Amino acid sequence: MIRTENLTFRYTDTSPLLAFPDLQCAAGERLLLLGDSGCGKTTLLHLMSGLLRPATGTVSIAGTDLSGLSGRELDRFRGAEVGIVFQRPHFVQSLTVLQNLALPGFLSGKGTDEERARAMLERLGIGAKAERRPRDLSIGEQQRAGIARALIHAPSVLLADEPTSALDDRSTERVISLLEAEADRAGAALVVVTHDTRLKDRYANRVTLNPVNEGA
Amino acid sequence: MKLNWLYIAWRNLASKPLSTALSIALLAFGVGMVSLMMLAEHQLRDAFDRNIKDIDMVLGAKGSPLQLILANVYHVDAPTGNIKLSDARKVMRHPYVAEAIPLAYGDNFQRYRIVGTEPAYLDHYGAALTEGRLWAEPFEVVVGARVAREAGLNVGDTFYSAHGLVDETDVHTDKTFTVVGVLGESRSVLDQLLLCNVETVWGVHEHAGEPVDEAEREVTAVLLKKRNPLAVLTLPNLIADTNMQIALPAIEVNRLTQNFGLGLGTLRTIALLIMALSFASIFISVYDSLLARRYELALMRTMGSTARGLYGSLLLEGGLLSLAGVLLGAVVSRVGIALLATLVEDKFRYDLSALAVLPSEWLLGGAALGVGLLAAAIPGIRALRLDISRTLSDA
Repeated sequence: MIRTENLTFRYTDTSPLLAFPDLQCAAGERLLLLGDSGCGKTTLLHLMSGLLRPATGTVSIAGTDLSGLSGRELDRFRGAEVGIVFQRPHFVQSLTVLQNLALPGFLSGKGTDEERARAMLERLGIGAKAERRPRDLSIGEQQRAGIARALIHAPSVLLADEPTSALDDRSTERVISLLEAEADRAGAALVVVTHDTRLKDRYANRVTLNPVNEGA
Repeated sequence: MKLNWLYIAWRNLASKPLSTALSIALLAFGVGMVSLMMLAEHQLRDAFDRNIKDIDMVLGAKGSPLQLILANVYHVDAPTGNIKLSDARKVMRHPYVAEAIPLAYGDNFQRYRIVGTEPAYLDHYGAALTEGRLWAEPFEVVVGARVAREAGLNVGDTFYSAHGLVDETDVHTDKTFTVVGVLGESRSVLDQLLLCNVETVWGVHEHAGEPVDEAEREVTAVLLKKRNPLAVLTLPNLIADTNMQIALPAIEVNRLTQNFGLGLGTLRTIALLIMALSFASIFISVYDSLLARRYELALMRTMGSTARGLYGSLLLEGGLLSLAGVLLGAVVSRVGIALLATLVEDKFRYDLSALAVLPSEWLLGGAALGVGLLAAAIPGIRALRLDISRTLSDA
């Protein structure tokens, strides 16, 4: 599960302080973060994943307070406990799809079960593309491969940053369903950050972010 | 399913084959040129030194002292002329002289020189007979290992000589040479000579059976080994009024290699420039891949890679490039020396072989690897400082 308390952040000493509402999402639950562009959605997501350090407040994942970790520990912890689905999936282009799936396991030191990776690709309908280069896949296939990579190492939190904004209605439905199904399978807390209104009524647990409050 | 940094670095290099090939080719060429020059210099010096072995002075006809050395120690240039044996004896019998080996140039056989001398010449280079015996009579010859091999001479064979040192047209058909012995490989000039006694050379030029008059007997040069260091100062005075001179091989060869070294120096500078270029190309290659893969690097950070891990992987890419360049460079220099050897062998009848790695080459390879790593390390610092959040947001 993931929980934030009293989170604030500023990019530089002179830039405005961003304040975020407290959030909580337990294992197997879902949380929708809504808000228009520019209200700090991505910033919040990066704070939640430890890519950014907050000015004040705490983020804790699976009972671990991120602020208590060194940079190196944080990298390792993130690799093991957090999966991120990006708006536009990126891959290490010199490796095959399957090898990209092995990256989180390799980089976090957890190792990767090839059978599990192949089974996951099969479920997502791209099993036949396992040995291909990521750039040979369509955008929709890449998005699905991105989901597989975010979940392959069974993280306790799955963060999805605008996972559907580039997709049409049918693909959106398909991708979000896959995301939910795979998060459930892994028993991960699913946090979806989006301005996509097609998703706004999907979850009861939702928080709407306000535009940046200058001088707060 | 196993991944490792080496494999990832290799895949990254393989995914941009042109730039990788260029970096490797440039480094291989640079390293190859430098090590080729090291090898060539080393082997030439080695060959020079081996042949100069214990020859302190050479007595011969006046002319260019360098030519006298080249002709009589290395057997690559024309002799400066002949000297009277009776004059030479004054020097040969001087108490300051420990050993004196006369050389009389006669004719050639298939362009290999026939030299009249004494058995001491063989002992001097430590050459031993592998077949047959030493010459006892005029017109009995002992052939060097290379001559025997290339000209196909065996004990018992007979041949006519051709006049002069290189001419093959004017054959003396009145005198027949008989091969009585074959020398083993001595890696010295003896390998490419046909040796006989001095009387043979006089005999070739006897006319109508009249023996050459005692006073007219000539040799081409005398190789001298000194007994007393003062010999170098004393002996030239002894021959001041004759047509003879005394040259010191060590000094002449030094002069030669110094002039020769000038050309090598220019080549070396060019090779070093090429190496510098190749390092720039590795630098650019790593820098480029860093820019192109900024997002990939940030992505790997989100997946648990530490900044040091990424830095290490970039160093590995630079290291692999340098290693490939250095290894290929070593191959290039070996192929180069082999080509050069056939050229030199043709022209000067010298062997350049022995492809052992010189200590200075290890140094060169190590330095190239080090600089290659450095060329990757500097742009790689950007990977250490990568702002993951911003990089991911910009994409």
